[in-house]
Amino acid sequence: MVAQTGGVAGPFNPTKSMTAGEMTLVIAGVGMFFLSILVAAKTTSAPYAFHAWLFAAASAASVLAIFNRYLDRPAAAPLAEVDGKPNYNFGPVKFSTIAALVWGVAGFLVGVIIALQLAFPTLNFDLSWISFGRLRPLHTSAVIFAFGGNVLIATSFYVVQRTCRVRLAGDLAPWFVVLGYNFFIVIAGTGYLLGITQGKEYAEPEWYADLFLTVVWVAYFLVFLITVTKRKEPHIYVANWFYIAFIVTIAVLHLGNNAAVPVSLYSPKSYIVWAGVQDAMMQWWYGHNAVGFFLTAGFLAIMYYFVPKRAERPLYSYRLSIIHFWALIFLYMWAGPHHLHYTALPDWAQTLGMTFSIMLWMPSWGGMINGLMTLSGAWDKLRTDPVLRMLVVSVAFYGMSTFEGPLMSIKVVNSLSHYTDWTVGHVHSGALGWVGYVSFGAIYCLVPWLWNKPQLYSLRLVNWHFWISTIGIVLYITSMWVAGILQGLMWRSYTALGFLESSFIETVEAMHPFYVIRALGGALFLIGALIMCWNIYRTIVTPVAVERRASEGALAPAE
Amino acid sequence: MTSAHKEHIDPHTGTSTTGHEWDGIRELNTPLPKWWLYMFYATIVWALGYFVVYPSWPLISSHTPGLLGWSSRGAVTQELAALQHKRAPMVSALSQASLPEIVKDDKLRGFAVAQGRAAFGDNCAPCHGAGGGGAVGYPNLNDDEWIWGGTLDDIHQTIAFGIRSTHEKTRVGMMPAFGQTGMLKASEINMLADHVRALAGLSTEKSYDRAAGEKLFGEQCAACHGDAAKGNQEIGAPNLTDKIWLFGADRAAIAEGIHRGRGSMMPAWNERLDDTTIKALTVYVHSLGGGK
Repeated sequence: MVAQTGGVAGPFNPTKSMTAGEMTLVIAGVGMFFLSILVAAKTTSAPYAFHAWLFAAASAASVLAIFNRYLDRPAAAPLAEVDGKPNYNFGPVKFSTIAALVWGVAGFLVGVIIALQLAFPTLNFDLSWISFGRLRPLHTSAVIFAFGGNVLIATSFYVVQRTCRVRLAGDLAPWFVVLGYNFFIVIAGTGYLLGITQGKEYAEPEWYADLFLTVVWVAYFLVFLITVTKRKEPHIYVANWFYIAFIVTIAVLHLGNNAAVPVSLYSPKSYIVWAGVQDAMMQWWYGHNAVGFFLTAGFLAIMYYFVPKRAERPLYSYRLSIIHFWALIFLYMWAGPHHLHYTALPDWAQTLGMTFSIMLWMPSWGGMINGLMTLSGAWDKLRTDPVLRMLVVSVAFYGMSTFEGPLMSIKVVNSLSHYTDWTVGHVHSGALGWVGYVSFGAIYCLVPWLWNKPQLYSLRLVNWHFWISTIGIVLYITSMWVAGILQGLMWRSYTALGFLESSFIETVEAMHPFYVIRALGGALFLIGALIMCWNIYRTIVTPVAVERRASEGALAPAE
Repeated sequence: MTSAHKEHIDPHTGTSTTGHEWDGIRELNTPLPKWWLYMFYATIVWALGYFVVYPSWPLISSHTPGLLGWSSRGAVTQELAALQHKRAPMVSALSQASLPEIVKDDKLRGFAVAQGRAAFGDNCAPCHGAGGGGAVGYPNLNDDEWIWGGTLDDIHQTIAFGIRSTHEKTRVGMMPAFGQTGMLKASEINMLADHVRALAGLSTEKSYDRAAGEKLFGEQCAACHGDAAKGNQEIGAPNLTDKIWLFGADRAAIAEGIHRGRGSMMPAWNERLDDTTIKALTVYVHSLGGGK
């Protein structure tokens, strides 16, 4: 980071002193450094020792970076406003945007690998580190928490500043949030490969990673909330409600589901305090609300800013945004038990999970309506602007997934769909179509704004990205629909004499062609993301003067 | 608070905005879409109705049972009872009939094969393959050659008590590890491997000496596999002339078998399955093509 405004740089400025934030982080970093060394020395677990060394290295690097920054920075804190305009803090936003791209490609790649492993099991190569069981959580965490999380942090820090017309709260705190969050990702991901897991789906990291994430998340919450309270606008824009709901709820879910007792400070292993069916209920209360508040509320916030911004149209309905916001966050909380239909979970809880999922249908669609109808008066832009098209198609996928979800929560439907690849297809129509596309659209908007470029390097490449990955998504979800329904029907079909028609292994064999098609779809999605990375890279490095290439000077119809 | 509160009408829709503006974004005062609102109400009404008829809200020590008196445990019990009721006459006939009687009676045999096929898929397919085609180390059950015998009684005993299993009635018989125990030298093992290939009419190495191979086979192998190498089903010694190879026909695989010995195991299924299911499995495996 480079000093920006005011004061005299240099270590011998008598008016310069360390801020409370700098002091706190230095003390915490030094303490963490020695604690990590102690753990590394005393633990008998090699992977845990490796993590302790990573913590020690990160603590030392943070302390050095803070001192280095202190020596370089001017005495005064960065100004909140310059020439009457907010002095926005976009450094952490830029970092998270690039991190999202890097993690995204890594996560999609691992997804393609595990899709191929399912189609061709020999690709496990009998190596524990790259076996399906370890790569699968690596894939889910990389795409949800590393890619999705960085997109959420980047956009939330951007949107809250722009819609509150105020500089992001805190000096080092935003950097602590983005760097700390990404360090957590490194700990989580390397832990999976080395075999450290607490075995809870989408909450696999062990207690020490969970504790560290809690600290980072509280900092995130404070930075966001204090920025909102300092706002220069009389009202809080709807996107910020969704961001706050996302940040608060994820904190609650994280603490509830990860309540665990470590074996000792020197062991990576811990035991969850919940037991049996209560643990299952906590897990899916967490799991479904991770979908509801991480992958839905957070990304709806992105939609609420970037769609009207890109379409240059007012938001369709303020009232709809209020009603669907409160309905969504009230109803989502109850839907978790639909993951546990026909299990040991009591019937009454299954009923509540199912009925609240049905009632969730229209509140979810409220977001879709608000997104799509905002285009009214700007539909023609879809022909010329592939970025807007990506955003709009993401909203369409959101609508489709949030219809499919309540449908699958109905017990009779669930008795066919549960445990089959239909679930996997449903998740990916939401993940690739909704979360992926709204993130890509937001990043395509953000990068030229952040790096002060008049436009993207190439809209034609965005168009290629859009079509290649759309074909990929369609291949993915249609193959999984067919696979899942076929699987469900094979599992339940009886012969006339009253015996099961197919053995389990026959149903596995029947999946092979669909698994190959799914891997192909995933590979196309990955190729699209690589095209995007190239486009973003060229956008950032191309000097402004030679930016406009003759062939792409004007927006041409994208088809 | 610049122009935030000015009255503003969106020219395209003619709808007024809320008067606020954030980073250039305004919001229209569009009312809730009617269809959306009524659909939302409809899902709520449906949910309330569902609460009334199905178990739903928790009480202090139980929960509201619902007017239908439905429970998932009750439903699955009913389904299982219906299935058992459907199968009952045939299952009872099967349990009383002997294996030869079952095979003679078309109806009984058809039922046994259906039940056996389902049980095979759940229990046997992981090793023997979905169609009984076998895999390396796991015999093909479709061919005419049997290691432990292919009559109904042979098959029944194999399934019920297993091969080299923990059951006291298990079938036993072990090929010694001739190399590991030092009984044979490497050169002798290679010669025997060639000889076994020659017995099945396969090509041999140039160094192979038929007379020496025959002599060594007679001394070391014939006791179990027989002078003519036709095998002995009593002790599970395979026929070496039938060109069916459990562990592969290449010289290295045969030499490995002689060096380390062979003796894969099959569990005793009478510890896991009931007698009728084992009968059904016997008839099914017997029907696969090679039953004697």
